[in-house]
Amino acid sequence: MIEGPYLDFEKPILDLEKKISDMVEFSQAENIELDSEIKSLRGKLKKLQDNIFAELSRWQRVQLARHPKRPYTLDYIKMISTDFVQLHGDRYFADDKAMVCGFARIDGRPVMFIGQQKGRDTKSKLHRNFGMANPEGYRKALRCMHMANKFGRPIIILIDTPGAFPGIGAEERGQAESIARNLREMANLEVPIIITIIGEGASGGALGIGLGDRVFMLENSWYSVISPEGCSAILWRDAAKAPEAAEALKLVAKDVEALGLIDGLIPEPEGGAHRDPEMTARNLKGYILKSLEEVDQLEPAELLKNRILKYRRMGVYSE
Amino acid sequence: MDWFRKTKAGLVSQQKKEIPDGLWTKCKGCSEVIYSRILEESLWVCPSCNYHFRINANKIIKLLLDDGQLERYDENLSSLDPLKFRDSKKYTDRIVASQKKTGDLDAVICGLGSIDTVPVSIAVMNFDFMGGSMGSVVGEKIARAIERSIDREIPLVIVSCSGGARMQEGILSLMQMAKTSALLAVLAKKKITYISVLTNPTTAGVMASYASLGDIIIAEPKALLGFAGPRVIQQTIGQDLPEGFQSSEFFQEHGFLDVISERKDLRKNISLCLHYTYTPPKSLGN
Ligand SMILES: [Zn+2]
Repeated sequence: MIEGPYLDFEKPILDLEKKISDMVEFSQAENIELDSEIKSLRGKLKKLQDNIFAELSRWQRVQLARHPKRPYTLDYIKMISTDFVQLHGDRYFADDKAMVCGFARIDGRPVMFIGQQKGRDTKSKLHRNFGMANPEGYRKALRCMHMANKFGRPIIILIDTPGAFPGIGAEERGQAESIARNLREMANLEVPIIITIIGEGASGGALGIGLGDRVFMLENSWYSVISPEGCSAILWRDAAKAPEAAEALKLVAKDVEALGLIDGLIPEPEGGAHRDPEMTARNLKGYILKSLEEVDQLEPAELLKNRILKYRRMGVYSE
Repeated sequence: MDWFRKTKAGLVSQQKKEIPDGLWTKCKGCSEVIYSRILEESLWVCPSCNYHFRINANKIIKLLLDDGQLERYDENLSSLDPLKFRDSKKYTDRIVASQKKTGDLDAVICGLGSIDTVPVSIAVMNFDFMGGSMGSVVGEKIARAIERSIDREIPLVIVSCSGGARMQEGILSLMQMAKTSALLAVLAKKKITYISVLTNPTTAGVMASYASLGDIIIAEPKALLGFAGPRVIQQTIGQDLPEGFQSSEFFQEHGFLDVISERKDLRKNISLCLHYTYTPPKSLGN
């Protein structure tokens, strides 16, 4: 059963789940046999879930990607690795709390994790700046990626951001330069880079740690040139048209996969990652390990050549 | 990007009202009305206040290249509509309108030429085409311009003028940032000069990819340069932006710009930087 915050379209499911759990409790407390009733309700629940989640609009998936209970980067690091040592600071300016980096072991193998981190309550949301990194965040990520490169450790990246932070300080310290530099440098790192969009993949803020050998998206994540709200404010001149913009942008995992821009879509449990974080984490880990196995075969020169070719091919035009 | 469009729309309607015959142009910097021929002679820079009017890609090419000559490449690349994108207008209609307006198929002109005898592969963005936005065609043409530099071992010059990635091609536009930057990594490894020239405006996805990656970065005065649009920043932080925020001068003050060059000196400044960095091959036979 889900506790805590939920989305509108989850409500009928929650109501039915509550009804079932009440009935189970009642039957146990009063010692009344209600097995067939409970079974029938469970069947009804399954059907209801199937119906709701089979026909999610793109906007609903965006809501799932932003679900307040959705696992965040540090949750996945905890679930799929051991002995995480977080590394702080860009060595120039500050430690950006919206970006986390550090060594950990996946099945014993040392890797470097990089990812944006969101907060869950008001205080931690502010502490994490809502997952919106400043230039020092991208520079910390690059510092740690260079270190991984130096010591021959693969880089595992988890992307979850509503965008790079649009602020005065961010512009003063070169937000654009920090993202551009990461893109160029990531094309040069001689260790495997495995990327997964785990929630929101908004624009340059996501791509700033998003160039690598394999890119996956969790089933209910989104990845786009601009957020639906940003797009609707500009093209529809109305932020309330975000659902229309989400449809037009074709931003969910299935769309991006259909465009051939990612290497796969990682399944989530029905209802979204938050319904079973452990299962989602197992799926994620499986994709990461399989990808590492594939790219481990390659010599650095071949790895780099393939990585550049992967992006070189992206684009749709006529000639 | 919307406020660019607003500014532009404002300018057009102003022109229609105040200078019906196109002989006179009102300066956006000091509001003085200037005879168009004078403006043209001054390279579209206001003689009174030094305001740099935005000029199109063809004028930039004429200004920068020896004899104004460009051997054009990839002119036939044209945008498709992979997302079937539609807001108030269809994307395909927007493309056709921009093609009619500019006479080009998309928002960048590329080719080979020379600047003060140094051979260059050059790309010049055109703001008149959908705000100079970068979709698949711009990304591909920039990529090919970089590859021409790599293949011929000649310097690369990119003159940017863009509100960023093109929303109507969604995630494909975002990936053009990765594509161009990855190829610039190859160019850098080969130690080939790349001069990035920024004109008003250069922001968002273009600024956060190739425009920021020049060995030497040169901008015209008072251009709008940055990552996020000023209105977005203002809305996010809920306070007024400081005077001169995101201008070329601001950008240079904060360490992200080598040279601010007036338009009349642009060719000379680029030429100097090319000569300081480019060593021609010893014999032509190689
Ligand atoms: Zn003036």
